[in-house]
Amino acid sequence: MAAEPATLPEAATVYWRPRADGERLDRRGRLWTLTTVAHVVPFIGTAALLCWLSWAATPVALACLAHAWIIPALYAQRGANVVRPRPKTAAAAENTALGLLGDLVGHEARELHAQTGLVIERGRLGTWLVGEAGALLVRGRKVWCFCVRVNDPSLPSADRIAHLLLALRSDEQGFATVANLAFAGAPRRVRARMREPMRPALDRAAKTQR
Amino acid sequence: MSKLVRMDQTGHTTVAEWRADDPASVEAAVAAFRAELERGYFGMVSTGEGHAEQVKALPVDAPLVILRLPISGG
Repeated sequence: MAAEPATLPEAATVYWRPRADGERLDRRGRLWTLTTVAHVVPFIGTAALLCWLSWAATPVALACLAHAWIIPALYAQRGANVVRPRPKTAAAAENTALGLLGDLVGHEARELHAQTGLVIERGRLGTWLVGEAGALLVRGRKVWCFCVRVNDPSLPSADRIAHLLLALRSDEQGFATVANLAFAGAPRRVRARMREPMRPALDRAAKTQR
Repeated sequence: MSKLVRMDQTGHTTVAEWRADDPASVEAAVAAFRAELERGYFGMVSTGEGHAEQVKALPVDAPLVILRLPISGG
């Protein structure tokens, strides 16, 4: 079999990015946490200072606290959006694509996909949940939300997932390099913003990391 | 019977079918595979649970070869 070395060809299109690995992902995860802290702490500090200076400044202090809450919430929402379902194509095409995807995954993943629309895949970097236009990587106590897709919107939903799944299986690190990181943080923050039927998939992935 | 399938808007299309002991069908499948690579598709074969490999030449002994499009960060 004329197999290529396990390097995703698409990684060449992002040649300036260092190849993703566990250490780099962890570093980026810590950076996300620091960024969140850097957003939240000044607003909370300002709110406390304003209240201490004068009770008349309470409305401004409340606005500061609202900012401290809403900025991280927007980031987490951005993370959850990577697995938001896309519009479906014709039913016949969706069923055909579903058959092929079903052949690629095991019973457990097939069942979870039917329930949540996400395919679970255990990798070396962690446990992946692959959606139509993005993937979540649960690694330790954090989740990394990646925006990644096949550039053909006419493809049925299951085919879009199958494209990402095959790319992920052929080169996991290359996949994480090509994908754009939309958010990294606590799974509960993303879970709260995911559609309810999808949440069990994140619970299942988190369970594999305990 | 081995199959070469392309993931497309119909779900998937069987581009070629061949038997390793039938040179004519292999030749036709190899030509079809090359034509799809020229259109920008990548050939993929499953290599066990959770593993896949990209192939540049048609693996005649593989039961299923899947053609996929490139992916990119969204």
